[in-house]
Amino acid sequence: LQESESETRLDGETASDSESRSEFGGSSPVPTSDDTPEVLNRALSNLSSRWKNWWVRGILTLAMITFFFIIIYLGPMVLMTIVMCVQIKCFHEIITIGYNVYHSYELPWFRTLSWYFLLCVNYFFYGETVTDYFFTLVQREEPLRILSKYHRFISFALYLTGFCMFVLSLVKKHYRLQFYMFGWTHVTLLIVVTQSHLIIHNLFEGMIWFIVPISCVICNDIMAYMFGFFFGRTPLIKLSPKKTWEGFIGGFFSTVLFGLLLSYVMSGYRCFTCPVEFNNDTNSFTVDCEPSELFQLQEYNIPVVLQSVVGWKTVRMYPFQIHSIALSTFASLIGPFGGFFASGFKRAFKIKDFANTIPGHGGIMDRFDCQYLMATFVNVYIASFIRGPNPSKLIQQFLTLRPDQQLHIFNTLKAHLVDRGILGSLEDA
Amino acid sequence: MSARRRRRAAAEQEEEEEEEEEEEAAEAGSDKEVDLEERLHELDLRSDSDIPDVLPPTDSTPEILKRALSGLSARWKNWWIRGILSLAMISGFFLIIYLGSFMLMLLVLSIQVKCYHEIITIGYRVYHSYDLPWFRSLSWYFLLCVNYFFYGETVADYFATFVQRREQLQFLIRYHRFISFALYLTGFCMFVLSLVKKHYRLQFYMFAWTHVTLLITVTQSHLVIQNLFEGMIWFLVPISSVICNDITAYIFGFFFGRTPLIKLSPKKTWEGFIGGFFSTVVFGFIFSYFLAQHQYFVCPVEYNSETNRFVTECEPSELFQMKKYSVPSLLQAVLGWETVNMYPFQMHSFALSTFASLIGPFGGFFASGFKRAFKIKDFADTIPGHGGIMDRFDCQYLMATFVHVYITSFIRGPNPSKLLKQLLILQPEQQLSVYKTLKSHLVEKGILQPSLRG
Repeated sequence: LQESESETRLDGETASDSESRSEFGGSSPVPTSDDTPEVLNRALSNLSSRWKNWWVRGILTLAMITFFFIIIYLGPMVLMTIVMCVQIKCFHEIITIGYNVYHSYELPWFRTLSWYFLLCVNYFFYGETVTDYFFTLVQREEPLRILSKYHRFISFALYLTGFCMFVLSLVKKHYRLQFYMFGWTHVTLLIVVTQSHLIIHNLFEGMIWFIVPISCVICNDIMAYMFGFFFGRTPLIKLSPKKTWEGFIGGFFSTVLFGLLLSYVMSGYRCFTCPVEFNNDTNSFTVDCEPSELFQLQEYNIPVVLQSVVGWKTVRMYPFQIHSIALSTFASLIGPFGGFFASGFKRAFKIKDFANTIPGHGGIMDRFDCQYLMATFVNVYIASFIRGPNPSKLIQQFLTLRPDQQLHIFNTLKAHLVDRGILGSLEDA
Repeated sequence: MSARRRRRAAAEQEEEEEEEEEEEAAEAGSDKEVDLEERLHELDLRSDSDIPDVLPPTDSTPEILKRALSGLSARWKNWWIRGILSLAMISGFFLIIYLGSFMLMLLVLSIQVKCYHEIITIGYRVYHSYDLPWFRSLSWYFLLCVNYFFYGETVADYFATFVQRREQLQFLIRYHRFISFALYLTGFCMFVLSLVKKHYRLQFYMFAWTHVTLLITVTQSHLVIQNLFEGMIWFLVPISSVICNDITAYIFGFFFGRTPLIKLSPKKTWEGFIGGFFSTVVFGFIFSYFLAQHQYFVCPVEYNSETNRFVTECEPSELFQMKKYSVPSLLQAVLGWETVNMYPFQMHSFALSTFASLIGPFGGFFASGFKRAFKIKDFADTIPGHGGIMDRFDCQYLMATFVHVYITSFIRGPNPSKLLKQLLILQPEQQLSVYKTLKSHLVEKGILQPSLRG
């Protein structure tokens, strides 16, 4: 009996194998339908297909950039929500690819479990980071306080429930499939959720730390494409045959320049440079502060080499612009590796695009593949070179210590401050 | 095609299956490139019964044991081997505990490396990817990177005074995250550059396999070390509870076992499960009672910079001081006492043993499912009669995380010295404002006497 069962399944697999084989030589998802909006289709019906494609891409690019500006205008809360939505959509896209690869739509349990794990991990991360910013709000509301105090335990218990459900859901003939999907889900979570949380961290540091890196990656994409279009000759890497060295180098220089200019313009505005804070009285986000040194104009001496070129002896720049050079360099030199990784992934699983969400561009993941490494880099950069630890978080940790430990730390800090002359003479015993 | 598949499904031998696969692949694809991709595709979609069994592990029982046990029947021989090796492992464990925390750390590290190696080797076998030499180097490189990152984040705190004295170490600590990230990125870029046209899918699989393995083995081992630094008792009691549960569940199952527990592991029974639960709770209770009396086990491990060694000496915290508890009236009749002297830690050991017996086995089921999915009998061959290191540690997997989460949620707050270190690197204005906030808080709580100057 068992043999005949497995036979029928194998036969079923055979049938689909030969189907898909004829199309792509491997597994393929549902064939992508053309979902360019009707409006555009009509407007561009006269042009040849190559130019039509170019126009569709161009229009959608402008639409996305405009959308980007609108949500920046709307403020940090909306940005956070957008980041969340993008994260969920990317997760969905990658998981769907996994289902398609493994023909595992027939394991309904697994879809539920994947979304459950996404929820757990998000809950954990949001609880760890976002509550720092909403500290006073959390302390006031009793249920929130308990949730925050035992946050790690609760998150772990939730994750464990999912893990146990997975173990209990293992079905005799599908072990391997289920383990594959389990692994696939976890790797996707690792990629998608951690990145989105790092982006939100960067955002809270100051909107400029969110806007400049993302814009540099977008600019690099566009500039590399244009330089490649006009001057492209030497192929860059076998993975992406359309990329060329000319595009790569041209993109690099333009992105650095773009980064410098954009940071110059943005550093002048407080709404971009100030850390995002949650105001307990008005229950809204405020970006109002004394700009840090990074965002105050300073005189720099131009190295002698460039003096003759540029004609000035000194230049007034924001220190942040120097940092922007590091950010743009990363965006142009290492960022593309994220894109190559995604290209390799698409070739490995024989898909043309991650999904079909954006006409002319593919899925959300297609747009965000280069951003992937950028967000981590910016976060590590900030933590290493810009700011120290978050003072309010330290205070929060301090308050959970025992009294004798608190006293010890307080006295050590006091001695340190007096030592440095920051604090006046000893104030009290 | 379907006839071939049917024949293949019926065949038992690995060699026959391999041959037929190649034939079919050669027939189906005229292109060698499509060929390999076909095979991979089929690897993905084959039902479990199709997967060739891994070569049966060679018998690595030492000669001496074989001679000593040559007289017994096969079943008892197996039992004796397992028993002897269990005793050997437990003695080894005690020996290392005696040798101290540093040796324990090294032991944990070696186990981690071996577990990683075992799981990666399984991946190679499953995907026949021995022919990608680049990938072995990359896997080990990633292991190194992640370990470097974790050790830098956690262990460096404990060596704070040692580190302060040396200039180069200070630099490494300050930019630790950046350096770790740069190292990881290098590995990532090497991976992207190493993608070879016909092996994309294989390489991505191995990449994902490596990362999931790292996630499992390295994070667990670091949590184990963090628990260790909290006090050796937090390392010993959980691990012993899991081992005790394993052994007692086996014994109860052996003598009373009747109702099967879960399809995944047909040898487990409900009687074993419940019997194991109660015995583990009692064992944990008694074991913590004995350990809680010795400073060696109870004190947080600290690094003494003068003697350059680990010391475990301190004023035992409240957890490890005897308290009188009133016995609930239900049990009073049974036990005949009205109050009992216990360590508060023994209450916590309740929670630990409960987790070890109820949830810990899920780690074991997970590993059983994994072995069935990939048609292997044991993870490796390291320990005769027991299998690989991973086989012994599969239940410990969840335990270490639980203990760590338990400690951070219910036992201790954040590490004061780490907090102090972070305070000292703030900007002066921030330090001043923090100082003022702290002062007002302490005055409010009455911990600090308000000054006369206000």
